Amino acid sequence: MVNPRTVRLAALGFAAAVALTACAESQRDSQDEGGGQTGGTLTFATEGAPKLFDPFFATDGATFRTSQQIFEGLIEFKAGTADAEPALATKWDHSEDGLTWNFELREGVKFHDGSEFNAEAVCANFDRWYNQKGAGQSPAVSGYWQDNFGGFSDGATPSLFKSCVAEGNKAVVTLTRSTSKFPDILGLPSFAMQSPTALEQYKADDVQAQGDSFVYPEYATDHPTGTGAFKFSKYDEANGTVELVRNEDYWGEKAKLDKLILRAIPDETARKQALQSGDVDGYDLPSPADWQGLKDDGYNVMIRPAFNVFYLGIGQKNVPALRDLKVRQAIAHAIDREGLVKQQLPEGSEVAENFYPKTVDGWTDDVEKYDYDPEKAKQLLADAGQSNLTVNIYWPTEVTRPYMPNPQDMFGFIRGNLEAVGIKLNVVSKPWNGGYLEDVDSGKADLFLLGWNGDYNTADNFIGNFFSDPNNRFGTGNSPWGATLSQEIQAADSEPDEEKRNGMYEELNKKLKAEYLPAIPISHGPPAIVVAENVKGLVASPLTDERFDSVSLG
Amino acid sequence: MLRYTVRRLLQLVIVVGVLSLLLFAWLRSLPGGPVSALLGERATAASRARLTQELGLDQPIFVQYWKFLTRAASGDFGVSTGVQPGDTASEIFLQRFPATLELSFLAIVIAIAVGIPLGYLAARRRGGWLDNLSIVGSLVGVAVPVFFLAFVLKQVLAVDLGWFPTAGRQEGGLDATRVTGFFVLDGVLTQEWDAAWDAIRHLILPAIALSSIPFSVIFRITRAAVLDVLDEDFIRTAESKGLTTPVIRRRHVLRNAMLPVVTTIGLQTGALLAGAVLTEKVFAFPGIGQALALGFERRDYPVLLLLILCAAGVFVLINMLVDLSYALIDPRIRTAGGAR
Repeated sequence: MVNPRTVRLAALGFAAAVALTACAESQRDSQDEGGGQTGGTLTFATEGAPKLFDPFFATDGATFRTSQQIFEGLIEFKAGTADAEPALATKWDHSEDGLTWNFELREGVKFHDGSEFNAEAVCANFDRWYNQKGAGQSPAVSGYWQDNFGGFSDGATPSLFKSCVAEGNKAVVTLTRSTSKFPDILGLPSFAMQSPTALEQYKADDVQAQGDSFVYPEYATDHPTGTGAFKFSKYDEANGTVELVRNEDYWGEKAKLDKLILRAIPDETARKQALQSGDVDGYDLPSPADWQGLKDDGYNVMIRPAFNVFYLGIGQKNVPALRDLKVRQAIAHAIDREGLVKQQLPEGSEVAENFYPKTVDGWTDDVEKYDYDPEKAKQLLADAGQSNLTVNIYWPTEVTRPYMPNPQDMFGFIRGNLEAVGIKLNVVSKPWNGGYLEDVDSGKADLFLLGWNGDYNTADNFIGNFFSDPNNRFGTGNSPWGATLSQEIQAADSEPDEEKRNGMYEELNKKLKAEYLPAIPISHGPPAIVVAENVKGLVASPLTDERFDSVSLG
Repeated sequence: MLRYTVRRLLQLVIVVGVLSLLLFAWLRSLPGGPVSALLGERATAASRARLTQELGLDQPIFVQYWKFLTRAASGDFGVSTGVQPGDTASEIFLQRFPATLELSFLAIVIAIAVGIPLGYLAARRRGGWLDNLSIVGSLVGVAVPVFFLAFVLKQVLAVDLGWFPTAGRQEGGLDATRVTGFFVLDGVLTQEWDAAWDAIRHLILPAIALSSIPFSVIFRITRAAVLDVLDEDFIRTAESKGLTTPVIRRRHVLRNAMLPVVTTIGLQTGALLAGAVLTEKVFAFPGIGQALALGFERRDYPVLLLLILCAAGVFVLINMLVDLSYALIDPRIRTAGGAR
């Protein structure tokens, strides 16, 4: 016997289900796209979900990881290096004063929306960057533009960019001053070429400051349109996956994969396990502690060339003793950099003698090296009358950086070194985003652990970022040479002649070590990327911006 | 009954209101903030100052709170700065809540479906092997930290044996249609059976891990409650007036034993969120817990505020439902409430 109430309930439930089904059609494509399904799908695990898809508004690695597949710049960095090579521009030259640049453009290139890539499109991009208004000018929105080009068309702060004129197949870019960064900066993901039609159609510049953050337009969230080997297909935000498909109309050699799926797995161990179980085909930034184990299991751990620097920062703001070169030299002699590299850093790491790696122009071996020598360190402290020096030292928690894979152990090592020469330390540890950067930037730290991941191959990208503003986290403005150093950096940067410029940088590197020593460069540590054995053709990049068009599944 | 409900609802509003003020002040008193999280090593004194001003963080805290309140009154809880910059906090909540709800729902269903029958059987055969074994099992369930259990389950069943996926809610290449945000339900509604099945497979391990504590607690409370009731006079009365055993069990033993069990289920459901934070981290499950962890790491004030408030609201609401359900199970409460 069946209870009539049960029957009624069941009928009601069934009716509701039918009604719901009716308004929830599957939106799957009925047939698979394209016929030539040969390349397969590769799933790659990333540290985080992309912030958005318009690289001009981004500073995060996850966005660039995606945008590098969709977009191309006039220039790109040669695979496996940080050196500029032609991309959408086939060649370029510049006037003697370094102010006018002629870019000859690749022909027959189309954006993903079918519109043509030409000189007008190039200038539309430059004009777009230069004419940002309102929220578009926030350092959190157009950070890379401001770091590299300075201000905007409103003239509030000076801009490196002056104008862009389309002349047939050439884009003529005029600058306001000569700089070593140009044209290399055009290879940065932020300055990739985007379709002017799509930019306009989806209101790409309509960034709004809303209350306490920024709201991005439809273009940035749903319609990134570039010229790259992959096209944006969709972003499944609830699941943290970005899906890219092969661009069948690509001007160059087409991507081998049919689909590339980028999947956000923030937890490092979870990324490793996803690879081990076969859920993903590779992941970014394996912890150095896992490298050997992954290799033993047959995975291809690719160690990227180190393109960063880790340093012990010295803040000159609060403790007058630290403005004494002898004291800073004592600290340099106290640190066993070789030991640190051998014991704490992964394979492929090197002791840093300059503030940037060897591959960058202007690097020189002819610098004061400050060998590990505790006795000399004590002597120098005594000479300076600072045998009882007491300073605070900051180290960060809740973070790993490619140059600093294990802050706690690295700090422990340095602390031991410093205490061994009689320096008394007040240790302060704070979470990276929880006050560490804030305190360091406001000059509260006397000694601190920090570093830099290079963006492109110029000296200015390293030392310019550190010291060219005397009001920096090292407080070099407190020393009489602080202003001189910043002038010397600017002079080198604006020298148009490459050979002369490199000479100036070499001189600067020598002085930075021997005379100024505003911080102590310690090491260059390589990050890694790991893929399954059957993933072929990936070239590890020092800039961690690998493109996947050459990748295939074996 | 109606007055009672209204009063409890008012309490809910007051709790959430006071909590919002405390949370708001507490979040902003934490060292660091969204400016550091957004700018990283690239920050300069100038860009820091500018962004602090743009985000309104340079203003006195009560001014910030007042702005928050006025905007919140129109349903605007601010925009994320770290978890998914550009999305509103409400969007993030709506997108992630179904994930956690799906997970918690399955976890509590497992806990109830296993805990209550097992507790009942263990009590009926007190001292038997099943009783002893399940007591040990429930002890382990409470004692082993959730994240450790999650990690072991994952390592053995997903990584080593490959029976289950290790991370996320669904495979990326399935091209699943999103309707409600509940992936299993979506798969069923759109008849994308493979998508639904895949979402279920992703849920099983985290749900088992998450169910360990509620299961243990529900099991023990059920067992104790049933033992208590079996000793009661009215059971003896029922037996002596000749009722059949199934009727006694269903109508008298279980029903009377359910009162403390329902309370426990309510409390455990509310507390699931704490376990969900850890479970979601281990399984890279993009739910509320993961958003909380990310939000904290990146100092995403609007998202943290909304998510914590919602969690608190859900907790209070569930407890309210539990109190109301007493009235349904136990007629004595209904009468007492009516007399007041």
